[in-house]
Amino acid sequence: MSTRASYWKANLRLVITCLVIWFLVSFVFGILLAEPLNAIRLGGYKLGFWFAQQGSIYTFVILIFCYAWRVNKLDQQFGVHED
Amino acid sequence: MDLQTLTYIVVGATFALYIGIAIWARAKTTGDFYVAGKGVNPVANGMATAADWMSAASFISMAGLIAFYGYGGAVFLMGWTGGYVLLAMLLAPYLRKYGKYTVPEFIGDRYYGRSARILAVICLIIASITYVIGQMKGIGVAFSRFLETDYDTGLYIGMGIVFIYAVMGGMKGITYTQIAQYCVLIFAYTVPAVFISMHLTGNPIPQLGLGSKMADGSGLYLLDKLDGTLKDLGFGSYTDKVRISELNMFVYTMSLMIGTAGLPHVIMRFFTVPKVKDARSTAGWALVFIALLYTVAPAVGAMARMNLMDTIQPEPGKWLAVDERPDWFRNWEKTGLLKFEDKNGDGHIQYVADKEKNEMVKVDRDIMVLANPEIAKLPNWVIALVVAGGLAAALSTAAGLLLAIASSISHDLLKGVFAPNISEKSELLASRIAMALSIAAAGYLGLHPPDFAAGTVALAFGLAASSIFPALMMGIFSKKMNKAGAMAGMLAGIGITLFYVFQHKGIFFVADWKYLESWGTNWFLGIEPNAFGAIGAVFNFIVAFIVAKVTAPPPEHIQHMVEDIRVPAGAEGAVAAH
Repeated sequence: MSTRASYWKANLRLVITCLVIWFLVSFVFGILLAEPLNAIRLGGYKLGFWFAQQGSIYTFVILIFCYAWRVNKLDQQFGVHED
Repeated sequence: MDLQTLTYIVVGATFALYIGIAIWARAKTTGDFYVAGKGVNPVANGMATAADWMSAASFISMAGLIAFYGYGGAVFLMGWTGGYVLLAMLLAPYLRKYGKYTVPEFIGDRYYGRSARILAVICLIIASITYVIGQMKGIGVAFSRFLETDYDTGLYIGMGIVFIYAVMGGMKGITYTQIAQYCVLIFAYTVPAVFISMHLTGNPIPQLGLGSKMADGSGLYLLDKLDGTLKDLGFGSYTDKVRISELNMFVYTMSLMIGTAGLPHVIMRFFTVPKVKDARSTAGWALVFIALLYTVAPAVGAMARMNLMDTIQPEPGKWLAVDERPDWFRNWEKTGLLKFEDKNGDGHIQYVADKEKNEMVKVDRDIMVLANPEIAKLPNWVIALVVAGGLAAALSTAAGLLLAIASSISHDLLKGVFAPNISEKSELLASRIAMALSIAAAGYLGLHPPDFAAGTVALAFGLAASSIFPALMMGIFSKKMNKAGAMAGMLAGIGITLFYVFQHKGIFFVADWKYLESWGTNWFLGIEPNAFGAIGAVFNFIVAFIVAKVTAPPPEHIQHMVEDIRVPAGAEGAVAAH
């Protein structure tokens, strides 16, 4: 397989991992499992409510920076970076 | 000093600041008026993107909707932030690598033809005009309160100001102006939130205050107290109340997320960052600055609801007397956006969920953020600041969208397709006319908007989600996606979404022309029209793949182009070529 093709594969794997987390914190914890999670408390917050209105947003921010950091390393590793 | 004078001063001062910076920055960087953010570092660019992105929907409308939806309001919070994850991972770096300036240009090249480009322009215009209707609602609310007139007059004045602002160039594209706008906006949003959080819970950080105990010595958590109050009055628990159904919330959130990654004026910013690497981190920084407002908004919503309930029912069973209505209450009555009716004639205002007994007959959700500091009895300068922030958010986004509409009509359609020999002067004239017509159309529809500001903007996101996002994503992630497939997909996606929205909201959003009442029983799987974009996107993907399977694959050079945009290397060349 060419370098470009294997780079693309590695990138896709990384994107899928990130999107699984993206989906978990918002759609699963924030919506689908919000009701059972609400039994757990985080101070005055019910956990499902917290994920929906706070936690998912914090996770999204971290997720983008993690992705940027990892994919920049992939660029270097496969020699497909700019410059 | 009275509130109105103070508001004139604060609004005037912030506008002077934007214009001053625009003049200063233009002198330093000539030429790249439209090339926003070139050579600017990702942090600054992220801040400017955040200002561009957050409109009347985020600033004026969203927290008010959260105040009344409770937990269900999370669809906006997750939807309008989670889209940046998709943008950073699925679109921005690749579109930057490709190095063109507009979305229709990319679609026209990737799907090899003018017809694809025209279709993209049409989708873009439909989504953008819907978006401007939402801004007009927000602007109308802000001006009507600020000038103490009724909503319609506020809207007409707002239309005039938007026109002047947009014709002046909207100061869009000048990154430093947008950074100033962001600072005003976030300051105006957080200052009252900090005061109110401090007052209610003793914790100055609103994100923590929302999860803290009340400072009134009751020992109750704020959210528990709010739940209790609302349950007693029949409104249902704040922290559990689902927006229609779990499925509806799921689809709504998804629709807003992929709409974020499909709105042309947001994507455009990523075309012009210096490097592919920067496209990724700019999305991250933009989200940091957006998250600052979006994590405060739930606190603003819950605390505004709390203060509103406490004003109308100071003690359990004891209601606000009609002739003791506070000033803010009387002022908002003048706009026609707040109404009460003493149904039982007891001289007091009862505010309960039961429609028969409820005497707060109209509480427009879009007034909550602007009324919030007044309800909390904050000083006048804070109230003036909030008006200035709301106007900055609404005007900058409205002007930006109008510029996008105007340039796609004059540049993409007229010059690009129908009249290639058009002179620069007539092109400019055409874009002005396009702008004026868009404002007139959006303003007219804004008199009876299809929903609250954030709801109307959600419709725009649904339209972008169902048309633009799938075409872009398949253009990058599927080498085999061809012209016929992508175009059939876009048509199917936006077609079915428009059909669904128009049947419940009225054809062209004119309420008299709807032919199905917008009720749960008429809804497909109980999904409200605002949320339908995600379903439209699914249709888009399915139709595109089926059509692409049975038609000829794209030509060789297009497949090479797709391979090329997938790797960052060689990006410099791509920019130099354009």
